[in-house]
Amino acid sequence: MTDAVTRPDGAAPVWCDRCGEATVDGPHETCARARTLEPPRYCGHCRRRMKVQVLPVGWSAVCVAHGEIQG
Amino acid sequence: MPEILDQARTQVLGDGVGLDQAGVLAVLNLPDEHLPAALQLAHEVRMRWCGPEVEVEGIVSLKTGGCPEDCHFCSQSGLFTSPVRSVWLDIPSLVEAAKQTAATGATEFCIVAAVRGPDARLMKQMREGVAAIKAEVDIQVAASLGMLTQEQVDELVDMGVHRYNHNLETCRSYFPHVVTTHTWEERWETLRMVRDSGMEVCCGGILGLGESVEQRAEFAAQLAELDPHEVPLNFLNPRPGTPLGDRPVVEGKDALRAIAAFRLAMPRTILRYAGGREITLGDLGTRDGLLGGINAVIVGNYLTTLGRPATEDLALLEDLKMPVKALSATL
Repeated sequence: MTDAVTRPDGAAPVWCDRCGEATVDGPHETCARARTLEPPRYCGHCRRRMKVQVLPVGWSAVCVAHGEIQG
Repeated sequence: MPEILDQARTQVLGDGVGLDQAGVLAVLNLPDEHLPAALQLAHEVRMRWCGPEVEVEGIVSLKTGGCPEDCHFCSQSGLFTSPVRSVWLDIPSLVEAAKQTAATGATEFCIVAAVRGPDARLMKQMREGVAAIKAEVDIQVAASLGMLTQEQVDELVDMGVHRYNHNLETCRSYFPHVVTTHTWEERWETLRMVRDSGMEVCCGGILGLGESVEQRAEFAAQLAELDPHEVPLNFLNPRPGTPLGDRPVVEGKDALRAIAAFRLAMPRTILRYAGGREITLGDLGTRDGLLGGINAVIVGNYLTTLGRPATEDLALLEDLKMPVKALSATL
């Protein structure tokens, strides 16, 4: 399983996967701390809200444009 | 020693009779220096009236998000600007989740849906899902599907669901500040039907919704009146986009005071750590709660947020020499 943050073409995410705001606006430290106990909600590449399923062990998040990531 | 703890030692520990609302309030108002004594007494009560076993449970969301209700703490309401999207879990994934839960040694697996109450589609999914789990996994199945009709209660019994969770969330006097799309009394009516059906009643709530200490005591007394088999105790984890998204988390000492107070109100119930303990209590506080009245845990992840790895909780229980309740003991 992978908590992927890069696309196959290597492009870095430009949106915070927790709050959906631009990562260039700041380091999103609060979001980073919160993410240790939360799955991602936004696609880091297109800002779309993802369909997220949390399981007792792990989670999956699907972006309609950029596919599935797991953690 | 504060008078209320002397009273509790005789009444609760000695006779197994829980504190009333005034007694619970007195415990909730204990100064910090008496908190260790309250936790110690609550632990003794738990050991005497429940025993050393800890019941371990896993939960999973069968239907996430898109809920028509407006529970102000919940990121799954379709009425708020929460980032949580609607999603359904398929049966193979549900069975896999039950297997993951059973592998931790858990005896309970609770299937949860974010709905006002189940419709025909959800009941069909439940029937198929419960049957599939029972065919492949050795675990007790519980459910939490919102408000039920009598027919749905009967159907869940027929499926073999042994426990039903329906939280009152908070006390009767504060409930209208938290939920406006249905009433506390409607929830109570579902709980009454569940109890009458023979299913075990699981009913708790969330602390830190903005209720006063007096209302926290009121809530404990109302739960004690209901006398549920299990009380899951959540601490608000403020969710972005919800009306309570900016509320502060409960102070650790207040959370521990509440654990002791709820145990002293309900000496025989299964008092379960549920959501929010990670941010409210952390590792040390989690340990203190298990030594202060808690005798059940949800392990692994929650419905929309993540928990500690189950291995950490199980290691803690081993360290505390608290055996995990075996499935044979629940049947």
